[in-house]
Amino acid sequence: MADEAAPVLDVRGLTTVFHTRQGEIHAVNAVSFALKRGEVLGVVGESGSGKSVTMMSLVGLLPTPPAEVRAGQVMLGTRDLLQMSAKDLSDVRGAKVGFVFQDPMTSLNPVFTVENQICEPLTRHMGLSKAQARARSVELLELVGIPDAAKRVKYYPHQFSGGMRQRVMIAIALACEPDLLIADEPTTALDVTIQAQIIELMKDLQKKLGMAIIWITHDMGVIAGIADRVMVMYGGQVVEHAPVDQIFHSPQHPYTRALLRTIPTITGKREARLSVIEGQPPIMAQAPKACPFGARCAHHFARCDAENPQRRPLDCLPLGQGHDVACHWSAEVGYA
Amino acid sequence: MRDASAPDLVQVDGLKMYFPVYSGVLRRHSGDIKAVDDVSFTIRAGETLGLVGESGCGKSTLGRAMLRLYDPTAGRVVIDGEDIARLSPEALRKKRPTMQMVFQDPQASLNPRMSLSSIIGEPLVEHTALTTAQRQDRIYELMDQVGLNRRFANRFPHEFSGGQRQRIGIARALALNPKFIVCDEPIAALDVSIQAQVVNLLEDLQDKLGLTYLFISHDLSMVRHIADRVAVMYLGRIVELSPRDDLYARPLHPYAEALLSAVNEPNPERARTRSRILLKGDLPSPANPPKGCNFCTRCPKVFDRCLTEKPALVQVEPGRKVACHLFQTLKPTAGSTGGFHTQDDFQQGVTL
Ligand SMILES: Nc1ncnc2c1ncn2[C@@H]1O[C@H](COP(=O)(O)OP(=O)(O)OP(=O)(O)O)[C@@H](O)[C@H]1O
Ligand SMILES: Nc1ncnc2c1ncn2[C@@H]1O[C@H](COP(=O)(O)OP(=O)(O)OP(=O)(O)O)[C@@H](O)[C@H]1O
Ligand SMILES: [Mg+2]
Ligand SMILES: [Mg+2]
Repeated sequence: MADEAAPVLDVRGLTTVFHTRQGEIHAVNAVSFALKRGEVLGVVGESGSGKSVTMMSLVGLLPTPPAEVRAGQVMLGTRDLLQMSAKDLSDVRGAKVGFVFQDPMTSLNPVFTVENQICEPLTRHMGLSKAQARARSVELLELVGIPDAAKRVKYYPHQFSGGMRQRVMIAIALACEPDLLIADEPTTALDVTIQAQIIELMKDLQKKLGMAIIWITHDMGVIAGIADRVMVMYGGQVVEHAPVDQIFHSPQHPYTRALLRTIPTITGKREARLSVIEGQPPIMAQAPKACPFGARCAHHFARCDAENPQRRPLDCLPLGQGHDVACHWSAEVGYA
Repeated sequence: MRDASAPDLVQVDGLKMYFPVYSGVLRRHSGDIKAVDDVSFTIRAGETLGLVGESGCGKSTLGRAMLRLYDPTAGRVVIDGEDIARLSPEALRKKRPTMQMVFQDPQASLNPRMSLSSIIGEPLVEHTALTTAQRQDRIYELMDQVGLNRRFANRFPHEFSGGQRQRIGIARALALNPKFIVCDEPIAALDVSIQAQVVNLLEDLQDKLGLTYLFISHDLSMVRHIADRVAVMYLGRIVELSPRDDLYARPLHPYAEALLSAVNEPNPERARTRSRILLKGDLPSPANPPKGCNFCTRCPKVFDRCLTEKPALVQVEPGRKVACHLFQTLKPTAGSTGGFHTQDDFQQGVTL
């Protein structure tokens, strides 16, 4: 890649709405972020905050209808993915962007062997012959740490354990050496010991191949271990965005703070009682006119109901490169 | 620790739960899945015992066999003085109210066509002679206890959030004043911010009602928060049983050590500097466990003896038990535990 500093992916103002019988659901509201080559962006947030829908919108994986990507620009290199034909987009998905889903069984085809499923993108996008693709698929399984790969490549998905299936998914996503890997909760269903294996593997591959990674997870521990920068979502919006150390050491959004307070640790002080975030997340039936976290926020004041706060940089870096937060209270008062 | 001198409420002794495997056209019995294989431990009244271990190691099966939701293959489960594993169906029915279970997936364990008050009231109808009015009072009392608004009494499960649904499951489990509750991954399906609410609720109820818990979980940080002692399970057997603080400060069994080292800490500096023990390979099949120590195929400290001989779970320090040949040269501290403990210290040793 010629320009190391140019973003691999640049997303601006992405807005996605679902049309349901009960009316619209504003799942993603004007989300913007960018990734450089070799960078890992961690995405965290409450269940239903729009993490998966954001990433599926980027690469055209949502069924339309009910979904509608209403606004935004998604630049992958020099091309806007939102303007592409369905066919071009499916080529991009196979060759430039790899996707690892939370549940591997939904995306592995049960009636084909794993070899079949890894070879398909290799012959289609990489121009490999059948024999070359077969050899490469064994290498890929070895790369993701599956023992006895030459034999197991002939297996069907159900013949693998959960952890191995997850690794097969990763092998498929990596087959064409994508510029960008999107991993949606790739390890939540796994045990900590297998989780650790996969995280080490991804870090390793990311160094070797220099790809950018978007990693969605509920687990702040995983974020601490793998992310360079962190994007916190709430109610379909980005509420805070910062380098990983700043998210953990000086979180500025009251939601980020509350989230970090609710998680117990295995080495820190053991609290007598866990702290909780009272209340419920918003319904998102319309485009937000107020702060989505307002109703649950300890610092809530009049302006929070009157106006949805915009992201505001806390340093002199351009938005999305340093630390920014969308919060009226933090703008007017802020944590000491 | 809540009360180290409290009597044991639960005593599990040599418990085995095998699932038969049938194969071939004649469906012949060709082997067994040894989901729980010779497990012994005790839980004191008012104590929380945490149970952790890799997926498929037998945690749920152990919890279910203890409540006799399965018929155990062998062993004793004494709860409040009676051996559950041997009760007649009628005696078991009478015993049911004292022991309850809270399930992982609140969605799947609640009947979608029943209202909240009929879900909570069902065990009362089955096991008590309360009048309709008395039952309604008890239902409201339970809803108050778990923090569900009384106005919700006629709503259906799908109208609640995940955390609220889990509260319904807990209210139902409390209906008959149980003494012992098996909580099988009660927070795994919940959002992080809701997990804390449910765990706080379980702790409050324990303080108020003197409940005894077996708390099964993948989440080692949460287990550290809630448990007094922790049992670490691997492939159907307990490999370490230690007081919480001892285990987290200094795990003894190599598997417990690997498990704790793999936990992701929400702290970027520590994540960069710490070293993880990465285990190679996958959990062996419980239908065909290794001949020696069950962990020998993945253990970083494996040596000859581990391949041929199963280590017994023995006391190696006051209050700490480990099943590992690295520690077997140490003699169990004689007389430091009650008669029951001393007996089960040697229970697995005999099977060498
Ligand atoms: N097909 C759909 N129809 C209607 N609403 C939908 C649909 N898919 C998602 N949504 C809504 O969009 C919102 C965002 O969902 P999304 O799956 O992105 O959440 P998430 O942040 O990934 O949550 P989780 O952590 O639980 O995976 C939610 O409120 C969800 O209910
Ligand atoms: N009814 C059954 N019939 C046959 N095998 C079973 C049955 N129930 C469980 N098993 C097997 O017993 C072993 C232990 O399963 P169990 O559900 O107790 O594990 P677990 O530790 O609870 O795992 P998880 O953390 O994934 O819930 C597994 O190998 C499982 O496949
Ligand atoms: Mg999601
Ligand atoms: Mg289980």
